[in-house]
Amino acid sequence: MTFDIGIPLPALLSQLLLGLVNGAFYAMLSLGLAVIFGLLNVINFAHGALFMLGAVLAWAGMEYAGLNYWVMLALSPLLAGALGVLIEKTLLRWIYKLDHIYGLLLTLGITLVIEGVLRSIYGVSGLPYSPPELLQGATDLGFMMLPNYRAWVVVASLVVCIATWYTIEKTKLGAYLRAGTENPKIVEAFGVNVPLMVTLTYGFGVALAAFAGVLAAPVIQVSPLMGQNLIIVVFAVVVIGGMGSIMGSILTGLGLGVIEGLTKVFYPEASSTVVFFIMVIVLLLRPAGLFGKEK
Amino acid sequence: MLQNQNRRGQFAVYGVALLAVLLAPALGVYPVFVLKVLCFALFACAFNLLIGYTGLLSFGHAAFFGGAGYVAGHAMKEWGLTPALGLLAGMAFAALGGWAMGALAIRRQGIYFSMITLALAQMLYFFCLQAPFTGGEDGIQGIPRGKLLGFLPLDSDLTLYYVVLAIVVVAFALIVRTIHSPFGQILKAIKENEPRAVSLGYDVDRFKLLAFVLSAALSGLAGSLKALVLGFETLTDVHWSMSGAVILMTLVGGLGTLTGPIVGALVVIALENKLGDLGMFLANATGVAWFNTLGESVTMVTGIIFVICVLTFRRGIVGEIIVVADQWRARRKTATAPLGSHLVDRG
Repeated sequence: MTFDIGIPLPALLSQLLLGLVNGAFYAMLSLGLAVIFGLLNVINFAHGALFMLGAVLAWAGMEYAGLNYWVMLALSPLLAGALGVLIEKTLLRWIYKLDHIYGLLLTLGITLVIEGVLRSIYGVSGLPYSPPELLQGATDLGFMMLPNYRAWVVVASLVVCIATWYTIEKTKLGAYLRAGTENPKIVEAFGVNVPLMVTLTYGFGVALAAFAGVLAAPVIQVSPLMGQNLIIVVFAVVVIGGMGSIMGSILTGLGLGVIEGLTKVFYPEASSTVVFFIMVIVLLLRPAGLFGKEK
Repeated sequence: MLQNQNRRGQFAVYGVALLAVLLAPALGVYPVFVLKVLCFALFACAFNLLIGYTGLLSFGHAAFFGGAGYVAGHAMKEWGLTPALGLLAGMAFAALGGWAMGALAIRRQGIYFSMITLALAQMLYFFCLQAPFTGGEDGIQGIPRGKLLGFLPLDSDLTLYYVVLAIVVVAFALIVRTIHSPFGQILKAIKENEPRAVSLGYDVDRFKLLAFVLSAALSGLAGSLKALVLGFETLTDVHWSMSGAVILMTLVGGLGTLTGPIVGALVVIALENKLGDLGMFLANATGVAWFNTLGESVTMVTGIIFVICVLTFRRGIVGEIIVVADQWRARRKTATAPLGSHLVDRG
């Protein structure tokens, strides 16, 4: 069974699924970046490193304590989130009043420290991590073989993304959060503990990155450098989508993952740069981003 | 009067610094090390033109530094161009790249600007990783030094030293001149208050773009010089960590100070090269064996310096010196001034 362009359908579908998997990671990371930026006004360069930390923690839990995938899927985001709370309390707190660029530079420093420490322990080669037994193998759908683990990644990410969207847009907690993004002083005057909210938001964003990291551990090679290039692609995703809309971040992330997957089929040489090309086109046609508002 | 004294003090510092660099090879300092520092100093000064004087944080300057290095290296090795033409080719590439990247990035403000420049530079990185002429992971090796303007052979380290020094000094003078020119004043106005500059009738985007192209071209000159000096060009120079390194140099030395980036480049390069020695020294002095591995932890140490600088040392080395000197001068002035003279001054 082939298309007229000569690409067998199963190959196309499997690349499409791989694109969706990557897109799910983009979505979760850009979502975290957007939530953090909304409340803290800091663009968290360390997001890639914290994604990596999540994956390395999952590997370390298995290696040293024999904790399986499912335990680490819960534990790793909690640990990383706690680290995020610590980072916010001790470091980020001091720079909110300064120009945005200092937030970027500070989190760049944090990135280098995290990556440097893990690199000096584990080196740069990949650490093997296999998917849990329950999700190994593939399901025959008749027209293609569906690798169970990849399907799980897409479903789990979508559930987490939509739950986050629901919390922020539809619940009372989310209303506080949105109000805090709009005008923290007035929200504080109403008796809401905004500094605590800021701390927890950062912790949550970090936990989300680590969760994505654990999901990625069996599909991408676990290594201290796995977050380095990813964070730059996610930055491009954020530029394309704009950070104003939660749903916008999710859709842009997934969409770009799919486009990247398709590029791998039709023109593999461009697959690593296609997201950047799209960014250029968006900047030319719609400088504020797809979901951004013109200031 | 005070201004004149200030100016004279500055010239004295420049003079001593220039003399020190001129005599460095005679004093037994390894010329190629100084040259490497000079190339990075020029790179940081060019970068500072944007962040320090226009208020734009480019996170993509590695593209100009490394990209120009590749173009210059390729031109001199494969096309057999003379060093002068090779440097020009590198600069031209960087200027063109700067024009394209600047025009795109200026369409967005603030933090988005930084993210766009970072993403575009990453595009060039991937291109260099795949393109055949860059030699992939191996890079371009054995770039010939050739003869400058057809008669001055650069094979001797000493000749090369003075040629590169002259080029860097001229480029630095150009940067200083730009900052003090009316154009530089407009850039400063944009940095301080962009809406105000717009309301005064300045085409802000055009000035930003011009500053970006100038900064890119000079970064390209620095990158081409580095390729000429070291004789090779690798992916390290186009990787985003190089953009991070130049930010660190400028930050450590002092954003928006003339000489800060030079000091910063010296500190960062010396640290990278000597961190292993420093670690061994600390291990011997304190008895903590862990320090022996410090040489392999450059990334971590760089990160810690970044964090410390942003949290407590935002003025940088030269920035702090300027503040201390100003305070000292002000105190001396009030101490020696006769009673009530400040009233006269005001009148």
